[in-house]
Amino acid sequence: MFAFLVKRVIQAIIVMLVISVIAFSIQDNLGDPLRELVGQSVSEAERQKLRNKLGLNDPFLVQYWRFLKKALHGDLGTSYFFKRPAVEVILNKLPATLELVFGATIIIVVFSVPTGVFTAIYPKHWLSRFAMAVSIVGISIPVFLTAIMLIYVFAVQLGWLPSFGRGDTVSVYGWSTGFLTKDGLVHLILPCIALSSIILPLFIRLIRAEMLEVLESEYVKFAWAKGLSRRRIWFLHALKNTLLPVITVGGVQIGTLIAYTILTETVFQWPGMGFLFLEAVNRVDTPLIIAYLIVVGLIFVITNTVVDLIYGLVNPTVKLARPHGGGE
Amino acid sequence: MPLLEVKNLEVKFAMRRGDLTALRDVSFSIDKGERLGIVGESGAGKSVVAYSILNLISKPGYISGGQILFQGKDLSKLSPEEMRAIRGDGISMIFQDPMMTLNPVLTIGTQMVEALHAHREISDQRARAIAIEKLVQVHIPSAATRFAQYPHELSGGMRQRIVIATALLTDPLLIIADEPTTALDVTIQAEIIELLLELCESSDVGLILITHDLSVVGQVTQRVLVMYAGRIVEEGLTHGIIRNPRHPYTQGLIGALPQQTVPGGRLNQIRGVMPSLANTPSGCAFHPRCPHVTDICESVMPEYSIFDRSRVACHWVKDQLGDVGEQKINETPAP
Amino acid sequence: MTTTTWERFKDSSFYWGFRRDKVAVASLAVLCVFVAASFLAPLIAPYNPYDPTQIDLMNSEIPPVWIAEGDERFLLGTDGQGRDLLSTILYGTRISLTIGICAVILQAILGVSIGLVAGYRGGRLDNFLMRVADIQLSFSTLMVAIIVLAVFQGLFGAELYERLAILMLILVIGIAEWPQYARTVRASVLAEKKKEYVDAVRVIGLGPMRIMFRHILPNTLSPLLVISTLQIANAIVTEAALSFLGLGMPITKPSLGSLINSGFEFILSGVWWITIIPGVVLIILVLVMNLLGDFMRDVLNPKLYKE
Repeated sequence: MFAFLVKRVIQAIIVMLVISVIAFSIQDNLGDPLRELVGQSVSEAERQKLRNKLGLNDPFLVQYWRFLKKALHGDLGTSYFFKRPAVEVILNKLPATLELVFGATIIIVVFSVPTGVFTAIYPKHWLSRFAMAVSIVGISIPVFLTAIMLIYVFAVQLGWLPSFGRGDTVSVYGWSTGFLTKDGLVHLILPCIALSSIILPLFIRLIRAEMLEVLESEYVKFAWAKGLSRRRIWFLHALKNTLLPVITVGGVQIGTLIAYTILTETVFQWPGMGFLFLEAVNRVDTPLIIAYLIVVGLIFVITNTVVDLIYGLVNPTVKLARPHGGGE
Repeated sequence: MPLLEVKNLEVKFAMRRGDLTALRDVSFSIDKGERLGIVGESGAGKSVVAYSILNLISKPGYISGGQILFQGKDLSKLSPEEMRAIRGDGISMIFQDPMMTLNPVLTIGTQMVEALHAHREISDQRARAIAIEKLVQVHIPSAATRFAQYPHELSGGMRQRIVIATALLTDPLLIIADEPTTALDVTIQAEIIELLLELCESSDVGLILITHDLSVVGQVTQRVLVMYAGRIVEEGLTHGIIRNPRHPYTQGLIGALPQQTVPGGRLNQIRGVMPSLANTPSGCAFHPRCPHVTDICESVMPEYSIFDRSRVACHWVKDQLGDVGEQKINETPAP
Repeated sequence: MTTTTWERFKDSSFYWGFRRDKVAVASLAVLCVFVAASFLAPLIAPYNPYDPTQIDLMNSEIPPVWIAEGDERFLLGTDGQGRDLLSTILYGTRISLTIGICAVILQAILGVSIGLVAGYRGGRLDNFLMRVADIQLSFSTLMVAIIVLAVFQGLFGAELYERLAILMLILVIGIAEWPQYARTVRASVLAEKKKEYVDAVRVIGLGPMRIMFRHILPNTLSPLLVISTLQIANAIVTEAALSFLGLGMPITKPSLGSLINSGFEFILSGVWWITIIPGVVLIILVLVMNLLGDFMRDVLNPKLYKE
């Protein structure tokens, strides 16, 4: 268990380092910090002096090392646009994005498992056929289109739900949340549905495919031959084996989900990190861009490590602990 | 009354282009404590017979005719709940590959104890005790520690023993073993066969042993059915069939055994392959591969020539008996 | 008197299954119509949306012809700049399809080569390549594309970027997705390697390259066919998302995604067609490709590719 954990953590650190190198290279080449600090009318000699003073003419590795040290202290530069520390600006918007992701994840988990299992056990049922048809259409509609259409139908035409923003939020220990107000919750509905709209059908199809295969396996046949109840066979013997590979896929999809937040937040003008990032790109606000990369990289690496750990704990064929006694 | 009586069993597979017959007119019976073998090449329908008994045929297969009488009750007509009560209780089944038969994500203990809980109202403690008892019976060392282990932590031979132990938990009257040794190493095979023999003799449990391996059949069973293309082509006492096979197919099977080959000589093979369900030849299904084929074999399905303790479905054999008609040959059981 | 390849194909269960599956036939028909219409755009489009002389700002925001204020000259209405929507959609679909197909060709060339080598050579090279593939797979293509394109847009500036947009999109999507092809091919290669004909051919003395490309590769085509359709669909969606964000095709040479983006600001005021109609076209295009891909997977049933 310990060795497993250590291995994963080391892997995570390596990936973060790679991300930091990439982020720093981008910072080095993109945009000119001098431009933001001084005006146009400063002479070239003055500029060079300023560059030397700021250490911008030092060799790559030296600058990188400086960057790394500052990063580890939480300093990723100052946003050109906001004139505040980039990290602060990003972390300010973090709750909005995380709540969006959380809402979408709930929708995915709650709907995909029962639907996937049902369509595998009763493939010819009309509900199953309907679910599969809806799924393939759902996969074919890009996230931003779903978002736009949801807005058009529910906000513009029907006027039932709001079309942008987070609504009223409440601050709990510094975390601004939309879950505690009715207005906040209402604002969460359409964006969460939009964000989940491609991944949900994906999981339904995945769970169904896995379950179908598992239901044909020898151990399930043996379970029938033992005379166990249908419930037990479906929900213990079959389901556990079905969900294991789904956990692995889930880990990979987290990356996709984060990318999709950019799209969703843009459409709904949701004040989260993704929207912020896009604006930063348009304004070439380099510190903010790389701050976003680092933060997202960190989230990505942490969630992947956690998913790996969960998988290792849940799957007994993965050797986490010292092996028990051997064979004959 | 025989323990299990199968009468004119017919099983079909519903395909888009029409139904295909997998089993036709399969009839046999087995008494309490008796050991019956079913042999034939892959595709002969042996496993289908086994699955039919417990009504476990995967779609699109279905039982289209006949009766399966277990202690007088027709299993093919039971409700799902009644059938569930028999599976694992009156009749247990074990499969070929113990690595695939045991669920990789559940402990051995869970998989054994649940078999008891499904059929008996007993406490966990009592169930555990019975399970340990059975594990000891199949000669598994340190039985109690196996409970917390997972299938992948054990060797193939151990896993198959555990599967057999699981099948014995409810003290069934009949065990169906579908190719129980095929997936195991040769040395382990011998141990498992011995184990099965020992268990059946000591507990008076009936056994239906399905295999393509004639040497296994020779060691374990008292009677044997030979199947080809969904039909029983020969049936008789094991030692009789092995020493004196009548049906050309059976002769081919026995002749193909390595023991029968003269050292340095070619292995005898039956030329051709078992036909698939969709391409069953007319008349006697074996006629394209039969060394004694005559005209009538292509058009008419042979009926059974019935002897004292055996029967054969073959035109050629019938001809051999010739004008003398059917003879009732008195067959004595093996010494 | 040997049968031609076409005759053997018509006899195969693949073709048989295809003709019986009405959904598959319908999907293929729709797809052909789209592809034909878009590549024939210069011939059949009523206007040329790239020609500034044909665009009149006075014509902007005209609804489709079936609505009250519609105009017969513009069947599907006009966009915010006065361009005929039908023509722009035709040209836009052509761009989307071009980028999708070219990106997938790039992915395929990269992925198949790497997969063949990894699978055939095995050993540490294989381990290393597959590790890289795994890591790359866990990074979402969309995320990587956004970052790369954002950085390049910042570096090149808007004008240069506009001219390079198509190339950049093809490169980014092409390079980001090679692992899919590599893994599929490698799995096939590993399975084929065990078969006897490989040993036979090696004994004859053929070099590894020849063995890989002329002998093993043809046997791995079936799973490749399945993922290709799906990958093209994915590439089109990714490109649409990137264009929607403003990181893909510019509004002067719009793909479906850019069109949807340009129409978005109008949707709250009831001018829906600029966004919705290209959106529907995009959905149908991707849908038929997904349906075909699903069908092929069911029929060819390669157990190697399950996602």
